[in-house]
Amino acid sequence: MLNFLILLILFAIFLSFIRFIKGPHLTDRVVAFDTMGIIAVSLLVLLSVTVKDSIYLDVAFVFAVIGFIGTIIFARFNVAKDSDA
Amino acid sequence: MLNVIGLILITPGATLLVISAIGLLRMPDTITRMHAGTKASTLGSLLVIMGVAFLEPTLWFKLLFLALFILITNPLSSSILARSTYLKHGFFNMSGMDDLKDNR
Repeated sequence: MLNFLILLILFAIFLSFIRFIKGPHLTDRVVAFDTMGIIAVSLLVLLSVTVKDSIYLDVAFVFAVIGFIGTIIFARFNVAKDSDA
Repeated sequence: MLNVIGLILITPGATLLVISAIGLLRMPDTITRMHAGTKASTLGSLLVIMGVAFLEPTLWFKLLFLALFILITNPLSSSILARSTYLKHGFFNMSGMDDLKDNR
């Protein structure tokens, strides 16, 4: 049952990766990256139950922090480049 | 008993994550894609984390910390993304309302 759920979440990561590849603008790619980060956090949380190792929860927390900071930096960079030009 | 409750919570969470990824592919505009991609995935990941807390009750503190972090930072980042999208591209405006027009 848990293996099937992990495959389902991997399928969700694959679908949002398609949007990450073919998004027309930079903002579409950043939205897809943010969603991929959140889905990967829940995948790591499920993996920590399956493998029975709680180090995956720390990895998931670091993943969430990095995704948040990356999203904010890309959004601010997008606006700042627009106002300079 | 706890295993059954955990699986009952995790299964709709994973389904919501897949639904949010499908909405990310099918929606026509950046703002509507953000509507599918941030709200549904927030609820899905919170349901998965709650289900895992029922499966492994000894890990509840780390899971609570992770859930609080996602609950705080995810609306914040989506708000900043929506502002940046509005300033860069505008949006698909059918209603004629645009309250942020003066700050552009």
